[in-house]
Amino acid sequence: MANKRVIVDPITRIEGHLRIEVEVDEDNVIQNAYSSSTLWRGLETIVKNRDPRDAGFLMQRICGVCTYSHYRAGIEAVEDALKITPPLNAKLVRSLMNQALFMHDHVVHFYHLHGLDWVDVVSALDADPALASKEAFKYTKYPIATGENDLLKVKDRVKAFVDKGELGPFANAYWGHKTFNLTPEQNLIALSHYLKALEVQRTAAQLMAMFGGKQPHPQSLTVGGVTCIMDLLDPSRMGEYLTKYKEVANFIEHAYYADIVMAGKAFATEPSVTSEAGTMNFMSYKEMQLNRTEYLFDTGIIMNGDLSKVHPINEDLITEEATHSWYADDEPLHPYDGKTNPKYTGLNENMTIGPDGKEIHSKTVDEKGKYSWIKSPRYDGKAMEVGPLAAVLVSYASGNKKIKKVVDEFLATTGLPTEALFTTLGRTAARALQTKAIIDNGLETFNTLIENLKVDQDTCATYHIDKDKEYKGRFIGDVPRGMLSHWIRIKNGVVENYQAVVPSTWNAGPEDSRGLKGPYESNLIGMKVQDISQPLEIIRVIHSFDPCIACAVHVMDTKGKDLGTYKVDPVYGSSC
Amino acid sequence: MKDLNLFNRLSKRLEDLEKLPKLDDSKSIPTVLEEKGVSRRDFMKWATAVTAMLALPGNFTPLVAKAAELSDRLPIIWLHMAECTGCSESLLRSDAPTIDSLIFDYISLEYHETLMASAGWQAEQNLEHAIEKYKGNYILMVEGGIPSGENDFYLTIGGHGNTGEHSAKLASEHAKAIFAIGTCSSFGGVQAAIPNPTGAVALSKVTNKSVINVPGCPPSEKNIVGTLLHYILYGTLPALDAYNRPKWAYGLRIHDLCERRGHFDAGEFVEEFGDEGAKKGYCLYKVGCKGPYTFNNCSKNKFNQHTSWPIQAGHGCIGCSEPDFWDAMGPLEEPVADKLYNTVFGGGGADATADKIGVGILTTAAIGIAAHAVISKVKNPKEDEEH
Repeated sequence: MANKRVIVDPITRIEGHLRIEVEVDEDNVIQNAYSSSTLWRGLETIVKNRDPRDAGFLMQRICGVCTYSHYRAGIEAVEDALKITPPLNAKLVRSLMNQALFMHDHVVHFYHLHGLDWVDVVSALDADPALASKEAFKYTKYPIATGENDLLKVKDRVKAFVDKGELGPFANAYWGHKTFNLTPEQNLIALSHYLKALEVQRTAAQLMAMFGGKQPHPQSLTVGGVTCIMDLLDPSRMGEYLTKYKEVANFIEHAYYADIVMAGKAFATEPSVTSEAGTMNFMSYKEMQLNRTEYLFDTGIIMNGDLSKVHPINEDLITEEATHSWYADDEPLHPYDGKTNPKYTGLNENMTIGPDGKEIHSKTVDEKGKYSWIKSPRYDGKAMEVGPLAAVLVSYASGNKKIKKVVDEFLATTGLPTEALFTTLGRTAARALQTKAIIDNGLETFNTLIENLKVDQDTCATYHIDKDKEYKGRFIGDVPRGMLSHWIRIKNGVVENYQAVVPSTWNAGPEDSRGLKGPYESNLIGMKVQDISQPLEIIRVIHSFDPCIACAVHVMDTKGKDLGTYKVDPVYGSSC
Repeated sequence: MKDLNLFNRLSKRLEDLEKLPKLDDSKSIPTVLEEKGVSRRDFMKWATAVTAMLALPGNFTPLVAKAAELSDRLPIIWLHMAECTGCSESLLRSDAPTIDSLIFDYISLEYHETLMASAGWQAEQNLEHAIEKYKGNYILMVEGGIPSGENDFYLTIGGHGNTGEHSAKLASEHAKAIFAIGTCSSFGGVQAAIPNPTGAVALSKVTNKSVINVPGCPPSEKNIVGTLLHYILYGTLPALDAYNRPKWAYGLRIHDLCERRGHFDAGEFVEEFGDEGAKKGYCLYKVGCKGPYTFNNCSKNKFNQHTSWPIQAGHGCIGCSEPDFWDAMGPLEEPVADKLYNTVFGGGGADATADKIGVGILTTAAIGIAAHAVISKVKNPKEDEEH
C-alpha cells in the first residue's frame, strides 16, 4: 500500500507560518518529512543601503517573540565591524535584558505554546483537587497556585467552558489523545500554572521594559552602548527590578521547573518523545555575561552525541544553500558572500489525509524541487541542531559547573539516564534547565552592575564611521532558540550586505543537495503517529524546537537583481 | 447638553447590544473578573482610566464599564499575515489587573494562531466555522502586511495553500468591523519599506471596506483594546485622522505630552548618547527623536503597565506609528531636519497636524524645530560650562 501524506498547516502556537508534511506507511510510521516555511519578508534586502546605525532597529522586526535577540545582534554586528567595545555597564545591562528575555520566552513557550501538547485540559476535569494539591508537593517544597481551593476554582472554571461545549482558545484540539501521559491531577496542576503563567510573563516582560523602554521591541540599545542611564542611576528603579526578578524566579523554580520534573517522569516511557534526536550534532555559542569576564554558557560543538569531546567552532565552515528553498542560487555559500534571488515554484496538486481521516484534495510541497522559504545552513557540510538543548549539552560536556549542577540534579530527581537528554523530552527539559541556571546565577550580573556603577557611569563608547573605509563584522551568540549570527558588510557608510543565520534556520531548514535533512525533518522520520487525523505527536516534536519562522526566513544578497536604487545620505556618527 | 445627547445615544447603543445573545453564558466579563479575583472597585478604576483615554467625560465611566462587560457579544477573528507576532505579544502584556487581556483571553477569540490549541485542518475548520456562524457580525483584526498582487505567493496558509491575501479578503468581506493592528497591517510596515521585495501592502489596499488603523510597532495593548471598546460603545467608526487612525489615541504628537518637553523648551538637549545631558534626562531631539512628527499616546500611557517607554529609557522616538516610517524617519538617530533627502518631506510621512498632509506645514515645522534646537544651544548658558 502506498504511503499516505499528512499535512499540518498552520502549525499554530508558534511565531510565523510553518507547514509540516509527512508520509506515513500502513502502520502510520513516518517514512519521510518535509518542513516548509510559507512566508518570506525580505528584511535583509530592505536593510541594504541604510545607515548601519538603523540596522539593529530594522532587524529587530524579524521577530516580536524573541524580541531583543535580533536588535542586540544587529547592534553588536555593527560594533564588531567598527571595532567598538561598549563599556562594561552597557554589556551588563544587555545581559540583564537577555536574562529577562530567556525567563519570559521559555515560560511562555512551555505553558502557552508547547504546554497543550503535554497537558490534557479536558482530563483535568476528572481531577480530585485535594489529591492534586498533595501531588504538587512531590515536585517542590513550595508549590505555587496549587492549593486545594486554587485548583478547585481552576477546575470549575474550565468545567464551565467544557459543559457549554465552547472551549474558546482550547477548542478543537486533540484532547483525550492516547499519548497524553499525565494523570488528571497532574493535568490540573499544569493547567493552574498555565493560567498563573499568563500573569508571570507580564512581570517578566516588565524586567526587560525597565531597561528597554518597552517589550516587545525594546528601544534602548544604540551602537556603542545603551541609553537607559537614568534608570541605572535611580536606586528605586534598581530595587523594583530586583523585586520583580525574584517574583519571576520564584515561579520558574517552583512551578516551571517542578512541572518539567513532573512531565519528565510521566513521559519517560512515551516513544514519541523519547526516541533519539534526528541530528545528533549540537552547536552553541557563549552567552549570558555574569561579571567582567565570565559567561554562563560555553561555545562548542558536540558531534554524534559524544559528550566526551567538545569541538571548537570555526566560523569559516558555516554555509547556507538553497537546493530545496525557493531561491535561484543553490550553491553553498558563507554568510558574508551569500546571495538570494527569490524563485517561487509553487505547490503540487495532491491527495492527503483530511481532518476526518479520509483523503481530500490538497496542495502539497514539491519535495523533489524547492519547497520552503528557509535555506539549509550547514557546518562543515553537516546538519546541526541548535537551541537550549545544544547550549546545555555543550556547557555540560565542557565541564561547566553551573550547568552540570542543574543537569545532574534534574537527572537524579527524575531518574532519567543521560541519553534521555538527546530526545524531544530532553529538548523541552533543556529549556527549563537553561532558565533554572539563569535564575540561579543571574543576580551576579545585577550585583556586578551595581558595584561598577559606583565607580563608573559610562554607558556609551564613541566611534566614527569612515565613509572611505570598508568594514565587515558579525555577531554570534546564543538566544532563546539557539545559536544566532548576524553578518554585515559596510561600504560608503551604508550597509552593503547583511545576513542573519538564525536558530530556526538551522533546525527547520529543508534537505540539502546531498539529501541530508535538518533537525525538524530527521527528528520526525521513524516516529509512529497513533491517529493520522490527529497528529499530536508531530506537533509535539516540532513545538519542542520552539519554531520561530519569521526569524528563519530571510535573504542575503540580491546580486543580479535590481530591487531598487534607494540610498540614504549617510550621516556619520561621531559618538554613540 | 452635547454630552447629554452623546450619553443618551451611547446608553441606547449599549441597551441594544445587551439584547444580543451572549456567545456563551458561562463566559461573561463580570464572572470572569470575579473568578480572577478582580474587585468591582479595581474594575471601575480601570474603566475610569479607559474613559479618560477615550477622551470621554468622567461621567461616562459607567458606560465604558458596561461596554467592557458587553464585549462578550462580539466574536473576534485575528489573522496573521506577513508579521513578527509582536502585536499579539503586546496584547499579552496587558494591564494589571489584566482586564484588557481578559477581554481577549476568555471571551470570544475565535481564531488566533499564536494562542489557539488546535492546528492544521482543525485550525482551518475553526476559522471557516467562525466566518460562517458569525457572518456579518464578527470583528476582524489583522496583524501583518499583505503580500499582494502577483507577489501574493510570498505567504500561503493551510492545506489548500491559499494565499494570505485570499484569506484577508475573504475574512474582510464578511466582517462587521475591521481593525488593522500594528503598523504592518495599517501601512505595510517593515516588509513594505523600500524596496519592498514582496510587494507587501496595507490591509486597506486589499479590501474595499473601511479599515480602522491601530498602528505602532507594536501598538500598546491599550490602543488595541481601546479601539475595540470604542467600537462597542459607538457601534460606528471612531473619529479618524487622515491615516484612518482613531483620533482619541493618535490625535496628539508624542512631543505634546513628552516628559522631556520642558527640556526642549529650555533648550537642554542630549548631544550624544551617554553624555551629561543623558544622565539628566534632557530632550532627545538632537539624537534623532521623532516625537515632534509622531502621533501617538505613548507619552501618556507608556508600555508594560506604565513601566516605561522609549523616551524614558533615553532613546528617541523612531516614529513607529507613522506611515512609511522606516523610510521617512531614517536614519533613526539623526534629527529629521538635518537630512538631505528621503525624509518625511519626500516620504509623505508624519504631518504637522493629524488631519492633513501638507508638505509646506511639515517643512515649516521641521525647520522650526531644528532652528529652535540650534538657537537654544547658543542661548543655553550651561553649554560653556560643560564643553
